[in-house]
Amino acid sequence: MTASFLGEDYLEIRNLTVDFDGFKAVDGVDLTLLQGRLHFLIGPNGAGKTTLVDALTGLVRGSGEAVFRHHDLLAMKAHEIVRLGIGRTFQTASVFEQLSVLQNLDIAAGVHRKARRSILARGKVPERVEQALDTIGLTALAHRPAGILAHGQKQWLEVGMLLVQDAKMMFLDETVAGMSTDERDETGELLKRIVGDRTIVIIEHDMDFMRRYADFVTVMHTGKVLAEGTVAEVQSDKRVQEVYLGTTAEVGTHG
Amino acid sequence: MTDAGIKVAGVTRQKRLLNTYGPLIGIAVLAFFLLVWAPGTMTAFRLGNLGKYCALALASMGIGLAWGRGGMLVLGQGVFFGLGAYAMAMHMKLEAAGPGGVPDFMTLYGNGTMPSWWEPFRSGPFTLFAIVALPAVVSFILGYAILKRRVKGAYFAILTQAMAVAFATLLIATIKQTGGFNGLNTFTTFFGHNLYDPKVGKNLYMIAAGLVILFMLILWQLYRSRYGELLVATRDAEERIRFLGYDPANIKLVAFVVAAIMASIGGAMFVPLAGIISPSNVDAPASIMLLAGVALGGRSSLFGPVLGAIAVGYSRSTLSEKFPTQWTYFLGALFIVIMLFLPGGVASLWPKVRSLWPSSTRRAAKGTASSVDRDHEPTRDVDLDQAEPAALA
Repeated sequence: MTASFLGEDYLEIRNLTVDFDGFKAVDGVDLTLLQGRLHFLIGPNGAGKTTLVDALTGLVRGSGEAVFRHHDLLAMKAHEIVRLGIGRTFQTASVFEQLSVLQNLDIAAGVHRKARRSILARGKVPERVEQALDTIGLTALAHRPAGILAHGQKQWLEVGMLLVQDAKMMFLDETVAGMSTDERDETGELLKRIVGDRTIVIIEHDMDFMRRYADFVTVMHTGKVLAEGTVAEVQSDKRVQEVYLGTTAEVGTHG
Repeated sequence: MTDAGIKVAGVTRQKRLLNTYGPLIGIAVLAFFLLVWAPGTMTAFRLGNLGKYCALALASMGIGLAWGRGGMLVLGQGVFFGLGAYAMAMHMKLEAAGPGGVPDFMTLYGNGTMPSWWEPFRSGPFTLFAIVALPAVVSFILGYAILKRRVKGAYFAILTQAMAVAFATLLIATIKQTGGFNGLNTFTTFFGHNLYDPKVGKNLYMIAAGLVILFMLILWQLYRSRYGELLVATRDAEERIRFLGYDPANIKLVAFVVAAIMASIGGAMFVPLAGIISPSNVDAPASIMLLAGVALGGRSSLFGPVLGAIAVGYSRSTLSEKFPTQWTYFLGALFIVIMLFLPGGVASLWPKVRSLWPSSTRRAAKGTASSVDRDHEPTRDVDLDQAEPAALA
């Protein structure tokens, strides 16, 4: 496990700050996201988790430095960041509801295609797409419109779209929120299956889910990194317990 | 998979094939009516009129692409229609003037000298090239400037509308160079063929109708292509597309440029068939009239814009013959009724009619129910506020 931590696809964040008219939603964050692990990003509401990811994926402007494969993400446009191998999902599942599951995945596969080839209709299903369909377990629903999928399935489809993009770094924003227990388990297993040499960063509120699947945890509070480490390390951290006042006991007991 | 499962899968595959290739049957039927039936039964006058509607339909098809599929409310297609029309009209004017001659209106309003930029249009091949290249270059520059700045919705519509106003104003102001308010008219020949020869008139019609069919085939391929899917996805969730590694501006730009070229070719065909082009054919009201046909027919369907343009053109001329002063009210009322009861246009009736068929295909189609037809309908009926990144906030 330690060996894979030293892969080349790591993201080095230094002094990242996002300033909304004087309000620092993210305040001087230093963070290193290493390959091959499920990295959970937790913290109370308003801690700046989503804003951090927004800044890294080109949705909001941030200052500081975020280097991935010798590129500073903060100076890049959203679609360029995706082409570099960084993908994300959103809190609200945002698949193309009118398009079929297959079409959704196929559009995500477009990053690997030459633009002029898109003038042709899809012949056979690309291998990449077929594999992703299998991995996320939606093969049987390939031709159904994505709009009819259950909530959990939509989130899996989003993960599938990231797989098809071959994103080396995935940011998942509250993917299991609103899922049933079974769906959560399946999602957790899915993430363990696909992580390989990828970096998967998961923003999460579900502490139980975090405890079961996290390889590494970063706790954020008021725009800053409060603590980092394994689940056990973070749970034993006094400052973390303070921040999670109401849930301190819960965080502690299951350790 | 169970037997029932296999059967359903088989039926949906058939359905998918029908949804993909079914439109070709429709295009064939339309081709029969336009290319065989109409020339065989209609008088030269009616055929000429139909040719004009076909020319307008060419522009409408571009609007269908840009607006229906791309979500860009293009209120100024008259500009591109005008570019093609004026290029063609200039060539025909120079043909009428004879070798080395100067168009008549220039002696009438000016001192009889021709601006140098008219000169290249003496050449037929150059004119044909300009009809495609001119709108392509202009729409690329405009589209790039507008779309890269993420101008959309109402702002995009107003900008394009302003273009049409400016274009018409410019034409009117330059009477010595462009014929001004009167436009360009009194042509004699079309690439050497006498326009007063009924055979030539019929051939002109055949070219316009043939182009309609050709454009339909092009759009059919475009709509079923990956690009077509991407365009619809961009229309419905532009911000989401960014996070799949695409720049939505590029995707929309392609549709905008293709739409402009289609409008220009439509304009070029309109001139020999109508015998005139003037600012009133290319200004803001003319642009909106083009749009009205598309909205009536169904902006996001393949057939809607064509049928809408022909229907509006036809009702416009028949109503204006019978009710010279009130016909615009009829057209306006029709427009209101359609928008109230069929916001997807007349073409959206088809899937409704088809879903009434009480057959096994209907059962199988449940769930996938008319998914393809829905693909092509915008999620919102009013495009003025395209998907904002609210969901992404």
